[in-house]
Amino acid sequence: MPRKEIELPYRIEYLSILDADGNVDKELEPDMPDDLLLKLFKAMLAGRRFDERMLHLQRQGRIGTFPPIKGQEASQLGAVAALEAADWMVPAFRETLAEIWRGKPMENFLLYYAGYDEGSKVEDDRNDLPISVPVGSQMLHAVGIAMAMKYKAQPQVAMTFFGDGATSEGDFHEALNFAGVFQAPVVFVCQNNQWAISIPRAKQTHSKTLAQKAVAHDIPGIQVDGNDVLAVYSAAREAVERARKGDGPTLIECFTYRMSLHTTADDPKKYRSEEEVKEWEKRDPISRFAAYLKTKKLLTDEAVEKLEAEIAKEVQDVVDQAEQLMKEEVDPADMFHHIFAELPPTLVEQREEMLRDSSLGKKEVDHG
Amino acid sequence: MAKLNMVQALNLAMKQEMEKNDNVVILGEDVGVDGGVFRVTDKLFDQFGEKRVMDTPLAESGIVGVAIGMAVYGMRPVCEIQFSGFSYYIFHQLEAHAARLRHRSQGRYQVPLVVRTPYGGGVRALEHHSESREAYFAHTPGLKMVIPSGPRNARALLLSAIRDPDPVIFFEPKALYRAFREEVPDEEETMPLGVPQLAREGKDVTVVAYGAMMFPVMEAADELQEKHGVEIEVIDLLTISPLDDELIVASVKKTGRAVVVHEAPRSFGPGAEIMARLVEKAFYYLETPIKRVTGYDIVFPLAARETAYMPNTQKVVGAVLQTLES
Repeated sequence: MPRKEIELPYRIEYLSILDADGNVDKELEPDMPDDLLLKLFKAMLAGRRFDERMLHLQRQGRIGTFPPIKGQEASQLGAVAALEAADWMVPAFRETLAEIWRGKPMENFLLYYAGYDEGSKVEDDRNDLPISVPVGSQMLHAVGIAMAMKYKAQPQVAMTFFGDGATSEGDFHEALNFAGVFQAPVVFVCQNNQWAISIPRAKQTHSKTLAQKAVAHDIPGIQVDGNDVLAVYSAAREAVERARKGDGPTLIECFTYRMSLHTTADDPKKYRSEEEVKEWEKRDPISRFAAYLKTKKLLTDEAVEKLEAEIAKEVQDVVDQAEQLMKEEVDPADMFHHIFAELPPTLVEQREEMLRDSSLGKKEVDHG
Repeated sequence: MAKLNMVQALNLAMKQEMEKNDNVVILGEDVGVDGGVFRVTDKLFDQFGEKRVMDTPLAESGIVGVAIGMAVYGMRPVCEIQFSGFSYYIFHQLEAHAARLRHRSQGRYQVPLVVRTPYGGGVRALEHHSESREAYFAHTPGLKMVIPSGPRNARALLLSAIRDPDPVIFFEPKALYRAFREEVPDEEETMPLGVPQLAREGKDVTVVAYGAMMFPVMEAADELQEKHGVEIEVIDLLTISPLDDELIVASVKKTGRAVVVHEAPRSFGPGAEIMARLVEKAFYYLETPIKRVTGYDIVFPLAARETAYMPNTQKVVGAVLQTLES
């Protein structure tokens, strides 16, 4: 009848490979092909520029409310870069760049945030779920997808994203528990960006880390520098391999920062200091990765300049294309699409009524 | 007397009741330092501190679950759920416990909590930020469901809700938050829960509405009078459940015609209950079929198609004229 410490299978590690100045830990440096490194860099830069452009469009009233991603480029891309195309990705709502990497056309974000439901279409060749706005609710779906993969003996894994706030929801704990019990091939990627709107991480949970929530479920958990794309990629690759081998789930906490707004309806000046944001700017994920690539002789200032020009043109084309689509007449009857596989008679009736009423409204305006 | 918008009026109700009663506390996401995403709890944190204005972890079910415990212990928690689209996490706590503890303890306990949450469309919002799903809550025995329609009644009803011995879910029409101002008395003012209000007298058609829909309905009343010489009688429900039908039935016995307006989906919505009451209690007085102007039974569309979805003045005018045709 002793009183003694119980040994648990996992302890919580922290992983950082590339520091804020771009110095690399040679022993931890992952073996990554040059073209992947460059592809990641271009995607990060494009994500940053696209995000900036979206903010600009929103401020001009050309699109509606959206959640900016600035600062979280590495923690999104490092994670999804470890997936195969056939794997599944289950995002929350701030994974714009992860979705672009997976193949979502950029113009669809503009359409969606301008209020066109068409923008959330998932392309036929992409195995991902659309965004999920209710915080914390989507992780269970990833676990279910992973359970189905295991059931059908498919060599696939599911990866799901969520924020620090989501770890307070009951669904998060249920998802970890199910994943542990059923040893589902799933990777949980927490985007700990330090703020859930106005609530700082320290007030979200009394825990020292979010990664340690894995300990309660006896699944591996790791905290990584989320602004270090090499660390995120290394941890994600390890977790994906573990899941694919049949060794179950992993929780990765990406320690990053929301450098911008919660959404464009938010005013962070109400709750956080400019100094804090400035401190995090020094830890920017893109500049340190650029420094690393330059040291490796994979990138030059001229190449960055060329890349910037390419991205600027690409983003402009996307904006033009989306705005062209928006100019085309919107058929209000489309709102009755995709409610059921087959439209029931009562909805056919309501659709006719709606068209009648909206044409009445138009006439009224014309004569008005 | 000050001219306040609905956000300020709701804030005033909480502020004054918190000054008066130490048992009143506020819980919610971003209600403290941030003052709420719509600023309804603005500055209450500065005045009352973190002990009484609690920024909670991000867990809706947790907020209402702990509020039930506090209420049972004798406090008066006022919870904010950021958008009604995120209220489904709390549904279980409300249905299984808040609305039943009085009965389950056979009168030993009561759960005097309030859940405030913005609802409704017309603000070009993201998914889950525009719905009107009052029917889910109105269908729950033991739970009161209140929806104000202007700054003055919002303040008075919220105060009554906080003082009510039973759990109240208080839907705030976000489209009206800053839409207009009204004179709101400085001294405290309450309104009884469960009592609809006559918003406009008329003799031709009874129109029943609530919340943000009062706006197009009152516009329609003017237009019908000016352009068609039709006088509608408008009833503002204010409390959806428990539904008191006395005023509605009396009005329809006078007019013989009725239109019900809500932005919630049509089928099994509050309009269906109102029509049922009229069929039960005023059937022989009805001259023509009752009409409904409502949202459709579909997922609320994003901004590009929102206008076509929402009930509006023209749809109300059209429906009223139809009841007069036959």
